[in-house]
Amino acid sequence: MATQKRYALDSLFGPADENIVSHTPHAQYLGIKAVETGPGFAVMKLPYRHELVGDPARGVVFGGVITTLIDQASGLAVACSLEELTAIATIDLRIDYLRAAEPGRDLYTRSECYKLTRNIAFVRASAWEHDIGDPFATCQATFMVGANNAGSPFSARFAKGAKQ
Amino acid sequence: MKELLAAIPYARFLGVGIEPAEAGFQCILPFRPELIGNTMLPAIHGGVLGAFAELTALLGLIDETGIDRVPKPVSFTVDYLRTAGPRDTHARAEIFKLGRRIANVHVVGWQDDPQKPVVAGNGKFLF
Repeated sequence: MATQKRYALDSLFGPADENIVSHTPHAQYLGIKAVETGPGFAVMKLPYRHELVGDPARGVVFGGVITTLIDQASGLAVACSLEELTAIATIDLRIDYLRAAEPGRDLYTRSECYKLTRNIAFVRASAWEHDIGDPFATCQATFMVGANNAGSPFSARFAKGAKQ
Repeated sequence: MKELLAAIPYARFLGVGIEPAEAGFQCILPFRPELIGNTMLPAIHGGVLGAFAELTALLGLIDETGIDRVPKPVSFTVDYLRTAGPRDTHARAEIFKLGRRIANVHVVGWQDDPQKPVVAGNGKFLF
């Protein structure tokens, strides 16, 4: 019988406290909100704002903004796959822009850590504005696990959550 | 180039500027606390560095080709090479291959020392 895997953040799994990104100044600056977390995955939302447009002629959000949304969700997905929290860092990330995101719509992403080794986490993600089955971008990324000695920013958050 | 930058809302939101370089121009991302992704190191958000690299690639491509609209990105790959600390970041683009429809653009970004890049990008754009 397979032993059940334990997750450091399992007490947070489910519909997310949208302020789970409160320790990340840039995620707050952009307005990113967490939607849901679970074993090895995270869903996040970026409300549409005119300031994020990259192509003024079409009103389309700049591609790099989607990079930030996906990087943020992917980091959380990796944290949600760990048995013990540790510092993680993005090694690389490739985004494919399947089509333009529709102007004026809130953007969503779901990131999944589909393989975790001692040193590396492998993540894939997609982003959509209407339907998860019709993404406008997909992404493949790798993260270093135990990247530095600074610890995990989620530790403080987790400790706070445990007290409540 | 400065007019183009001013016309892109997200470039203003990030605070990206243009500075002269040996060959043409390079981009600068002045540090602000709002760009931090990891407060414990502290370090600039990886997404910001990726977006800055993609913006630099786009501006380099527009400058090279002289087209009057924003090229559509097909894919963009970011390699994170070093922690980007709470300092200004610079980046320059090189048009690696300009095809009939697809451009392949390389970007390198650094902080204090151009020999110690913090980020590298490779974008394909359709125009």
